[in-house]
Amino acid sequence: MDALVAQHSRSQHAAEGYSEDEMQQQMSADLAQPLSLQFALPPTASPSQWLRAMTDDHSNPQCPIKIAHGTTTLAFRHKGGIVVATDSRATAGDWIASQTVKKVIEINSCLLGTMAGGAADCQYWLAYLGMQCRLHELRHKRRISVAAASKILANLVYSYKGMGLSMGTMCAGVTPSEGPALYYIDSDGTRLAGNLFCVGSGQTFAYGVLDAEYHYDMEDAEALELGKRSILAATHRDAFSGGYINLYHVKEDGWVKHGFMDTNPIFWETKLKKGEFSNVTSKMDE
Amino acid sequence: MEVLLGITGKDFTIVAASKATMRGPTVLKSSDDKTRPLSKHTLMAYSGEAGDTVQFAEYVQANIQLYSKRNASELSPYEVSSFVRSELAKSLRSRNPYNVNLLLGGFDPITDKPELYWVDYLASSARVPYAAHGYAQYYCLSTLDKHHHPDISFEQGMKILRMCTDELKRRLPIDFKGVLVKVVTKDGIREEPYEDEKPVYAP
Repeated sequence: MDALVAQHSRSQHAAEGYSEDEMQQQMSADLAQPLSLQFALPPTASPSQWLRAMTDDHSNPQCPIKIAHGTTTLAFRHKGGIVVATDSRATAGDWIASQTVKKVIEINSCLLGTMAGGAADCQYWLAYLGMQCRLHELRHKRRISVAAASKILANLVYSYKGMGLSMGTMCAGVTPSEGPALYYIDSDGTRLAGNLFCVGSGQTFAYGVLDAEYHYDMEDAEALELGKRSILAATHRDAFSGGYINLYHVKEDGWVKHGFMDTNPIFWETKLKKGEFSNVTSKMDE
Repeated sequence: MEVLLGITGKDFTIVAASKATMRGPTVLKSSDDKTRPLSKHTLMAYSGEAGDTVQFAEYVQANIQLYSKRNASELSPYEVSSFVRSELAKSLRSRNPYNVNLLLGGFDPITDKPELYWVDYLASSARVPYAAHGYAQYYCLSTLDKHHHPDISFEQGMKILRMCTDELKRRLPIDFKGVLVKVVTKDGIREEPYEDEKPVYAP
């Protein structure tokens, strides 16, 4: 009986840290497993060149593959956490492919990712990042830091550099070790920590509104309103942004969703109640 | 990366133009005046192809002054804008068209209203409450959409202009050496002193 009990019980702190066995396992796992998966490639001499020829809308408007592009996403740190906001439009060439895209990806209860650029690339690799983060959690018995999560993604996209990936993403999260943290990662391999980023074709319009009134000591309500207004500005001026405003707030105990709101009624409310957008007329005879 | 900005308000039009003249990788001059007064109450700011800009501006200026002298009457800002647009439209279909973008800021002393026209090298012309040309459009129109109202005072107008130039300093990768600010009111055109010392950094 004693032998049986001993086999199934441990002293109080024995579960923390790693056993010899676990260390061994992990080291071999770390060594053996490549970061990225293996894909079937088109049977040509240079797959990346082939892809570029098939997808380059700019030089060849009749290109057979149109990648869904065009977005406005933003995220900024303030004293109450991190505000994350996006639009919801996906375009493929001149065509609006969807108005209801969820461009904020919930990696786990404390980590958010945003997608801009190729819709498929972002969706796939952020889902993959979610998987890697969960594996990290299981292997290391604690949640992954935002720095580490963003670096997994950055190293991953860097390993595909020059092969046609197109993504501009932000990772926002709060962890006990880092506090609120925000990282920008793009398919060139750039990875930056920062307080404020706007990404996508509508970035300049969002920056225009956000920069003018941003300060770190904003209250939650003020910060959420500014995030929402910045996306509205971009959906108004950028043809490739529109649809709904997706608004999130990341705080110490995880993220909170603050709605998926139609831009059209918000625009008219902003114009008619606050008198903004004075270059747009609301009368038929002007 | 030339910057042109225009803002109208209750009784004024502000026109701001960047002071840098750039040729390739070089800044040739950092106190350039990219504006020409066309009449007592109309000011034209221009950007575009080197050479074309000043040639076109001075050609238009001379012809409008000639018209005023022949007919002993000043053209209203709207009439000036129509003339300028027609000249650009003629030029567009010629062997070598002028590659010039314009903002026409003015004040009509008869209707007692400020006016601003956005004109591009394709001879589009639009009367607008606020305007920008070039990369400034991408950064400043959203700011102006939010903060501009038709009946703002001059002080508020200058405050909004400051928000715009600060944003450009913060985000444009090339230094445009600040802006020269001119104001058109019922009393005519004047230059407005504009502090440009304070550096602005991206957060």
